[in-house]
Amino acid sequence: MTNEHKKDVDHISGVETTGHEWDGLKELNNPLPRWWVWVWLVSIIWSIWYFVVYPAWPVPGGATEGTSGYSQYKELSESQNEIHQRQAVYLGKFEQASFKEVLDDPELYAFAVAGGRAAFKDNCAMCHGTGAEGGFGYPNLNDDDWLWGGKIDDIHTTLQYGIRAGNDDTRVSQMPAFGKDGLLNKEEINEVVEYVLALSKGEAQASMPGYTVFQENCAACHGEKGTGGREVGAPNLTDSIWLYGGTKEAVYETVYNAHAGVMPAWGERLDKNTIRQLAIYVHELGGGEEDTPVAEVAVEDVVPVLNVIEVEETPEGGVIEDVEQPLPVETDRVIVEEEIETPQPLIPEDILNPAGDETPAAHLPEAPAAE
Amino acid sequence: MSTTTVSNTQAHPEYNYDIVRMFVIATCFWGVVGMSGGVLIALQLAFPDLNFEPYFNFGRLRPLHTSAVIFAFGGNALFATSYYVVQRTCRVRLWGDKLPLFTFWGYQAFIVMAAVGYLLGVTQSKEYAEPEWYADLWLTVVWVAYLLVYMMTIIKRKEPHLYVANWFYLSFIITVAVLHLGNNVHIPVEWLGAKSYSVPAGVQSAMIQWWYGHNAVGFFLTAGFLGMMYYFIPKRAERPVYSYRLSIVHFWSLIFIYIWAGPHHLHYTALPDWTQTLGMTFSIILWMPSWGGMINGMMTLSGAWHKLRSDPVLRFMIIGVAFYGMSTFEGPLMAIRYVNSLSHYTDWTIGHVHSGALGWVGFITFGSLYYLVPRLWGQKEVYSLKLVNLHLWVATFGIVLYITAMWVSGIMQGLMWRTYDDMGFLTYSFVETVVEMHIFYVIRATGGLLYLSGALIMCYNFYRTIKGDVRAGEVDKDGNAREGRIAPRGMIAQPQPAE
Repeated sequence: MTNEHKKDVDHISGVETTGHEWDGLKELNNPLPRWWVWVWLVSIIWSIWYFVVYPAWPVPGGATEGTSGYSQYKELSESQNEIHQRQAVYLGKFEQASFKEVLDDPELYAFAVAGGRAAFKDNCAMCHGTGAEGGFGYPNLNDDDWLWGGKIDDIHTTLQYGIRAGNDDTRVSQMPAFGKDGLLNKEEINEVVEYVLALSKGEAQASMPGYTVFQENCAACHGEKGTGGREVGAPNLTDSIWLYGGTKEAVYETVYNAHAGVMPAWGERLDKNTIRQLAIYVHELGGGEEDTPVAEVAVEDVVPVLNVIEVEETPEGGVIEDVEQPLPVETDRVIVEEEIETPQPLIPEDILNPAGDETPAAHLPEAPAAE
Repeated sequence: MSTTTVSNTQAHPEYNYDIVRMFVIATCFWGVVGMSGGVLIALQLAFPDLNFEPYFNFGRLRPLHTSAVIFAFGGNALFATSYYVVQRTCRVRLWGDKLPLFTFWGYQAFIVMAAVGYLLGVTQSKEYAEPEWYADLWLTVVWVAYLLVYMMTIIKRKEPHLYVANWFYLSFIITVAVLHLGNNVHIPVEWLGAKSYSVPAGVQSAMIQWWYGHNAVGFFLTAGFLGMMYYFIPKRAERPVYSYRLSIVHFWSLIFIYIWAGPHHLHYTALPDWTQTLGMTFSIILWMPSWGGMINGMMTLSGAWHKLRSDPVLRFMIIGVAFYGMSTFEGPLMAIRYVNSLSHYTDWTIGHVHSGALGWVGFITFGSLYYLVPRLWGQKEVYSLKLVNLHLWVATFGIVLYITAMWVSGIMQGLMWRTYDDMGFLTYSFVETVVEMHIFYVIRATGGLLYLSGALIMCYNFYRTIKGDVRAGEVDKDGNAREGRIAPRGMIAQPQPAE
């Protein structure tokens, strides 16, 4: 092409131009940079090698498979196998062990807490918070205030079937909307709200106008003393923990409209082991309850436990559990090594081992419904 | 330099500069709008309280930002420079007078149509192709008019050969038309509403979307802006293009290979393994063709490197080309399946895109505008080269903050997602990675704010240039003193033909 034009040499570089000019612009006739050509060739050769080794070109009935036999599904299952192998070290034992046995075995316990922690953050944290601290309408799981029970089995049942989750085994209850449905008039609601607020401060008197309203409408579920009823998930009203707010307005709103929070049935979403790990994890956050009140069972068995809970009656009649060794929530797999001798109740095997067991013979009296 | 032809010495009063001036102003306007949107959504990620429902939440503002910077800022810049370059290098007036004017108002109408739709929640949910069918049809009309104007100008040219910049502009116009039509095969499903559904479904739809998406980068943001580079760098440096042969080889290899690389956006998805392999290998093969443009841009300065010392406009262009080289190396790297398994879905991708968008597209545009504006409005040089230099460093610092924050955040995010403990459990939950990213989001927003500030400095500089002012104590690009001059109040310089 350049031959058609008069040769024109750029005097700065000494290189010939192509002889064309546009708006004062010219082009030098430099060759392709050698290194550029070589790197390009190498990238092409490398790609051809890749075509041979990996699935690459469509052919009738599919595509070339490549000599390596690679597929992304294989790669995925290899990665997952590595994880499964790491879990398998513990999983066999974990599946067989009762909750009690897991709590007693430092290794299994660490496994359960690690698994529960991971599952909690991915599944539970969006409502209950990463530190399980809860929020408006979502219970705090670190304290000892439980709506449906704080024993490991209670927690397990709640996780498995959920709360108002629309299956046959789910935990269900419904507080009446006393105002909206016209069961109580405004004056009565105001009176009972005053009474409920007094309950939480420990100042409730039978002489208060709300007392009768309370006994006639609320006591059936919340108890005569207002300490709650776990069989129907009725909150304890004598403490200062409020799920939907403890101001006068908030309590009025609750009595007027009622609340009915929902928790999904995780049994439909997570596998059996993960739910058991979650039950242990949540139980060990700090508020988990022992299986049977100490006084109920006389047992010689003395087993090491990982956290010691002292149960004492408070002046209000509630129960405060003083956790001496709360397990750190954020720290991964820290096991409190201290073994403190404490009378530990025997746990009925059929409760602790939901997977089914061979010897349901020796039934110990079940724990009475919590106060 | 040479006086063998008349084209560079004789003035051409018949050139249509009005249309170029209009597109230049639109470029500046949409640039500020789009970059402000970017700063806002960056802040929304760092401080979610800044989401204002429903019209100004992240989900609606994000496509507003991407469309505003790519199609409004970038698109108007491509219209402006292509209309300027094609006239000057073909030595003929832009074809038609009303049709270019229609492309201007038609294109602005498309931008407004798309933007209003986003805020109202109207979207096809295809990245970079969010506008619904009514806006797509309108854009098709405008684009065909653009192609017609450009082609007819070339056909009527008075130069025997076609300058390299025009190859790139033309390939950009044609391919974008093909991509736009291919990815918007939709069926409207409401009589009076905007909703439509894609005709191809499932993984085919995804593949077509990323064939479109990747080549929007390849032809809108690469080929088009390479056209800009091929005219304005040699012009500003007053040097010939380094290698004609390289420009031919890298042009054809770039446009042939780019088209294949889209599947690398769909690694580890339902896309078959073989398609992923082809996307990945063609991305690797694309590395050198991309770099051909960088070499030609950089090496055009051989024999004129000293000009970088005194000319901040040229500096803009060359830093732009350097960012082009960096991001076209990073792209193939991230297309490798193994690397992609870490980088995909993380902020690394965002960092990569912005090193190309802020560094390459932004800087080559700024450089070209700084060359263009004084010439379009009858001035020798912009109001202040010192302000150009300030813009350069503020923007460069902004980019560095932006991309380093996103690299660190992205790689950290990718590593946290895949970390397992000895017992086989994920070490981190998703929300923990979000918490860790907060500080990098703040740094990124700061970088974006600096970049926006630079653009505002440029707009001020242009305002004063158009008024006819020269800042006191300025020197020109060759280091010679300029005389300070302030135009009388309210005076705007009469546009004159460019040099």
